Amino acid sequence: MQPENLTELLRKHPFISDLEDKFLKTLLSCASNVTFSDDDYLFREGEEATKFYLIRTGRVALELHGSERGMIRIQTIGPGEVLGWSWLIHPYRWHFDAIAVEDVRAFALDGKCLRTKCEKDHDFGYEMYKRFSQVLENRMKATRLQLLDVYGLDRIERG
Amino acid sequence: MHEQVMTQTNIIADPMMPQLIRISKLVWETEHVYTIYLSPNEEMERGFIFRPGQFNMLYVYGIGEAAISISSSTYKTKTLIHTIHKVGTVTSALSKFKKGDYIGIRGPFGSGWPVEQVIGKDICIIAGGIGLAPLRPVIYSLLKNRKDYGKVYILYGARTPQDLLYRVELEQWSKLFDVEVHVTVDRGDQSWKGNIGFAAQLLSYIELDKKNTVSMVCGPEMMMKFTVEDLLEKGLSAENVYLSLERNMKCAIGLCGHCQFGPKFICKDGPVFSYPEISYLFEKKEI
Repeated sequence: MQPENLTELLRKHPFISDLEDKFLKTLLSCASNVTFSDDDYLFREGEEATKFYLIRTGRVALELHGSERGMIRIQTIGPGEVLGWSWLIHPYRWHFDAIAVEDVRAFALDGKCLRTKCEKDHDFGYEMYKRFSQVLENRMKATRLQLLDVYGLDRIERG
Repeated sequence: MHEQVMTQTNIIADPMMPQLIRISKLVWETEHVYTIYLSPNEEMERGFIFRPGQFNMLYVYGIGEAAISISSSTYKTKTLIHTIHKVGTVTSALSKFKKGDYIGIRGPFGSGWPVEQVIGKDICIIAGGIGLAPLRPVIYSLLKNRKDYGKVYILYGARTPQDLLYRVELEQWSKLFDVEVHVTVDRGDQSWKGNIGFAAQLLSYIELDKKNTVSMVCGPEMMMKFTVEDLLEKGLSAENVYLSLERNMKCAIGLCGHCQFGPKFICKDGPVFSYPEISYLFEKKEI
């Protein structure tokens, strides 16, 4: 894919649609267009986290092996969302498996490449941390709500 | 012209007096949720005019009453449908009834969803768990009068795939070219290919016209609290967000005070409120 086309496509993704041009250019230098088929693993628990993904189409499930409970799907990431932040946080290892549950088209961003650029350009680094902090905050809120089991609390006698 | 014929609340001679009604069917939707089909007699059918969002008091003689939202179409009055969570004495007793048995019924009561006031708007329905039941009459109404509305979104969250209500209808609605349906569950397994996550997260998959969208939300209060936050963050005005609340309704006519919510009675002033009507009470821990 031509870099111009990649820039246009990247610009459409909500995670970076309002990113300054200079930062988008930096990001572009570490980006590639990728596809996964249904049931393909994007990464597995324990592997080195070298990338993150901006999902364009399709859906990816995060899985955790819960010994006697078997494989548990804890979350799905869909179009317009971001998959993976372990590339940014030491020790840069995935904590879950990520499996495509539909055919997926995404941008893969090289984490090592970006970490180097974050170190070199702190403005860029700060921008990345701000955006990923927002993702983390949203995920934490969603996880807490899932843990609350709100539908299990729905105990008043009304249909 | 909007084909809404059921605009008047039933005129009840004595709202505290239950009438007998025959059960025509009882089916289990999930392990703990069942749907009961009631056949009003001819005289009652004429009286059983209701608005989407209203509820009936279903009476198991000798046991007690429970307030249950009507989940059938306002256009089909030959059968009244209620989807019920088996959680207490009355709903457990009711679950044991069979076709041909009789129960008591009072109603309909309460305010309804503002389906006629929002003609011309995009509609975003957000339901959690059994909260889809009180919203189903709205969906029927929107589909019946589809040309009167802009975009229609149905976002639905449940605990697990096995807890999803009305699966056949959800699939049918999702196949309609002019309705966008998104479903999520809190906990999935490897057989579940759909979304996993909190209901409000589904908002990230749709593009709301913040100036022309009305959202109707029903589910556990915790779910509604965070969903409203997200809707307001997306730019919807509070006046365009409607919620259906629940408390222990007893008399259903605003006399006994069991369902008091600050200065309001859920049974009489609600259960459907616009968010500004109740926002100042919504966060109060004491209420």
